[in-house]
Amino acid sequence: MSEPTTYREAVRQGMHKAILEDERVFLMGEDVGRYGGCFAVSMGLQEIFGPDRIIDTPLSESAFTGAGIGAAMNGMRPIVEIMTANFSLLALDQIMNNAASLLHMSGGQFNVPLVIRMATGGGKQLAAQHSHSLEGWFAHIPGLKVLTPATVQDAYDMVDLALSDPDPVLIFENSLLYNTKGTLDTKATPLEIGKALVHKEGNDLSIFAYGINLFKALEAAKILEKDGINAEVIDLRSLRPLDDETIMNSVKKTHRVMIVDDGWKSGSISAEIMARINEQVFFELDAPMQRVCTVEVPLPYAKHLEDAAIPQVDKIVKMAHTLMEEL
Amino acid sequence: MDNAQIKDFYRQMLLIRRFEEKSVELYSNEKIRGFLHLYIGEEAVAVGVMSALSIDDAVLATYREHGQALARGVSAKSIMAEMYGKLEGCSRGRGGSMHLFDEKTRFYGGNAIVAGALPLAVGMALADKMMKRNRVTTCFFGDGAVAEGEFHESLNLAVLWKLPILFVCENNLYAMGTALELTESETNIAQKAASYRLPSSQVDGMDVIEVAQKAQEAVDYIQAGNGPVFLECLTYRFRAHSMFDAELYRQKSEVKGWKEKDPLTVCQNRLEQKGLWIEMDIKQLEDEIGKVIDEAVAFAEDATLEPLEDLEKFVYSQEATK
Amino acid sequence: MSEFKMPSLGADMESAVLMQWLVKEGDPVTKGQVIAEVETSKGVIEIEIFEDGIVDKLLIQTETECSVGTPLALIRHDDEVKEEVPQKEAKTEKLSEVKEEPLAPLPSIQSDKIEPKVKMSEERIKISPAARKKAHELNLDLNSLEPKEGEVIQLKDLGKEVKRDTKTLTPDDGMRQAIAKAMSRSNAEIPHYYLSLSINMTPALTWLTQLNATRSIKERILPAALLIRAVVLTLKEVPELNGFWQKNAHQISKSINPGIAIALRKGGLVTPAILDAQEMNLDTTMQSLDDLITRTRANKLRGSEITQQSITITNLGDLGVQSVYGVIYPPQIAIVGLGRIIDSPWAEGDTLSVRKVMQATLAGDHRATDGRTGALFLDKLNQLLQNPEALL
Repeated sequence: MSEPTTYREAVRQGMHKAILEDERVFLMGEDVGRYGGCFAVSMGLQEIFGPDRIIDTPLSESAFTGAGIGAAMNGMRPIVEIMTANFSLLALDQIMNNAASLLHMSGGQFNVPLVIRMATGGGKQLAAQHSHSLEGWFAHIPGLKVLTPATVQDAYDMVDLALSDPDPVLIFENSLLYNTKGTLDTKATPLEIGKALVHKEGNDLSIFAYGINLFKALEAAKILEKDGINAEVIDLRSLRPLDDETIMNSVKKTHRVMIVDDGWKSGSISAEIMARINEQVFFELDAPMQRVCTVEVPLPYAKHLEDAAIPQVDKIVKMAHTLMEEL
Repeated sequence: MDNAQIKDFYRQMLLIRRFEEKSVELYSNEKIRGFLHLYIGEEAVAVGVMSALSIDDAVLATYREHGQALARGVSAKSIMAEMYGKLEGCSRGRGGSMHLFDEKTRFYGGNAIVAGALPLAVGMALADKMMKRNRVTTCFFGDGAVAEGEFHESLNLAVLWKLPILFVCENNLYAMGTALELTESETNIAQKAASYRLPSSQVDGMDVIEVAQKAQEAVDYIQAGNGPVFLECLTYRFRAHSMFDAELYRQKSEVKGWKEKDPLTVCQNRLEQKGLWIEMDIKQLEDEIGKVIDEAVAFAEDATLEPLEDLEKFVYSQEATK
Repeated sequence: MSEFKMPSLGADMESAVLMQWLVKEGDPVTKGQVIAEVETSKGVIEIEIFEDGIVDKLLIQTETECSVGTPLALIRHDDEVKEEVPQKEAKTEKLSEVKEEPLAPLPSIQSDKIEPKVKMSEERIKISPAARKKAHELNLDLNSLEPKEGEVIQLKDLGKEVKRDTKTLTPDDGMRQAIAKAMSRSNAEIPHYYLSLSINMTPALTWLTQLNATRSIKERILPAALLIRAVVLTLKEVPELNGFWQKNAHQISKSINPGIAIALRKGGLVTPAILDAQEMNLDTTMQSLDDLITRTRANKLRGSEITQQSITITNLGDLGVQSVYGVIYPPQIAIVGLGRIIDSPWAEGDTLSVRKVMQATLAGDHRATDGRTGALFLDKLNQLLQNPEALL
């Protein structure tokens, strides 16, 4: 099926297929059943699969995330939906001390094939407590895998990729992407976890981005073409593991690097990528690496302030010009 | 409860007692490192509860879990080797005293975060229910766990979803160094649990037979599909919270008082009442247990260290599982 | 006989103070019996013995701090007889073992021997990692690449002709002498004629920009190379200007070896030749130019390059000179001067517009050629530059 689908529908289709085909799979989270999902992702699924496969939980992030871990340890393949990454902090103990650690603590005896999906990102004037982008933060933890689907195709494919993985996988879906449309080919072979994807080839600079910033980067690249700057744009797709090979190959080609990251700059995934480029291909750099991140401030409510805080197309264009300048 | 069973209870508790005493010595001699939390005084709870469980039930416990592990059937050798940090330990030396795991006996740790295992128990029971497996998940935790949010969230979910869980609260009156009355507005834990519509009762945790009886009733109830049960076992640890603890928070007289209710003594009285207490048997038992423990120590001493090249293993699974 | 040692009670316990003995010498003790109290950072803790026996000797007095593992007492067993046992040194107070060797004497620091660091901004050359790597590959002496103050050397800078302000440093005396000699001779012997032409460079530059846009940085063509190529192709059609006046006769050179004027950083000018430029195309002309400049700066020119010029091209336009009337280097018979390309008013028919205009000049040796040849050269040069694709 190759027709325009929304990102939201793609995730739903991915889950639908998984729940239909594997009796071990079920969805659990707040308002995923009767309400149809906070972002309407699971709309209609409870009518199809019933309340035993699509489970509405109380507001107990720690307990139901831990329950997901326990169920996964005991033969199931649960999908835990934490409404947003903001609330995942309540479940951090379970995620880090159990999901990420049990395989190791038990000397390899008990793996945790759990999938946790969360909405992420700011830009909706929801203020400080509802606007976090923590995917780069979670990517710090060994034992976890962190995926950031940007395209509609990945929104669909990553559900299955995550469920097939024997270890805990966190999927971060930027909530502003749910309405975006794209082509979905349900027959296509999915690109595996850990592989980045070159969306636009170029020679002058490499722009690495993930999630919603992929599209901001692509838009910026169009503007840059008119300025005679030929940018290469790469979708990172997963933040843990990172695709070092694709990243370094691009740097070797363009010698100039920009990373676009929704997180705050300090200690972010952009810092990690820069560190790796430094370690692996330092001598390919013809200019200092640059990044466009969220300004170091809890996100404000006022629109103009919030817009100024998060990565934007014009910031990417400006940074590209800086990168191309003579030094 | 037949005579052979009671004698076996005594044997199991004695094994735990002597094992823990040996652990004190080894820790003092720096053979065991990190933290050591001893089960001395609480043996009746582990032994009594375990007697009601079957092979395919699952058990989750805390960092004070040597008693549960031994009673569940994890070998003294593999526990000792684990505490020595050796490859032949039940967790390959990766966990230590606080993280004993054993797949064969469905022993899921060994969890060091207070109340951290309760949600796991909820999930394991949920899986059993979904797959229509008639199994019981037993979760041990202390009175300290009652203060954590996860305790309340988990009990609520367990009752709401009618999950086959046996909650065993080992109330030894202290959460590390803080007495229960200083941390809980309502110190009757069973009553707290009951407020979630969870069938709850208080049990004399120093009497292995009472624990066993109550546990059996609970398991029967759960296996009949009635949902979870909560047992508050009133018990006491004779030693400090961990090895490095001056016990400034409790009186020596209190400890002395509880020692008079030593589960071994209580069980011994029962056996004497029934005329089963024969000196010769006990000496032989001590010798046998002594031998088991000496062998465990020798095993641990000779066991090997995991090679450094394998450091980064067991972060992710090698291959996809069933 | 066995030792009763200070036990470890925690991974972070290093030592404790023995506060009180609860037994005395000669007392029997049993396994599990508490026989002493020690004070730790967490308070007083009772310590127990793990075997049966009789207290033979108390080794440590109360109020003494001992590290973990220190023998505190000797315990004898039933079957032993009390005997004098050599006292072991108790490890007191020091938490780590004191080594016996004295510390090696610290080297004396003589402050006058420490070389004061030169101010970094003056001496350190800023060069990007990629350029540094390339410079290394090309055997370039980094110190010869003097960038303007505050500038960073990047990849593109390694292939460029030097367009820097040469400091008024005294150049090599020998070179100055040689130049003086040649120029004098030229002025004295060669009857120069001078011609100039304004050339509209807009088409050529536009074409070049478009061409370069499709190429990676490494493959881009500099305008200088384009101009050299144009001169070479023009010379193919007007070969009279490519040659020598020797032995009172005009000799046309079969190879076109344009001498390219390159200013040296230390001062002075050299004009090494691109040999056999007639065999090249635009790309190879660019590569040769790049290579020539690199080797010039590294002082690695070949003899033939310094002696076999068949014509000289001087491009001093970047310094801001609009037109340059050069002095011919004997035995050559011509020198092409290419001035600065500036936006100028340009009339075509009735229309006035702005174009990028360059003054091209030719100085010719009137013994070998006359004005007509010169004019033809400039005219053809202009034509070529109006059809830049032909330069490929």
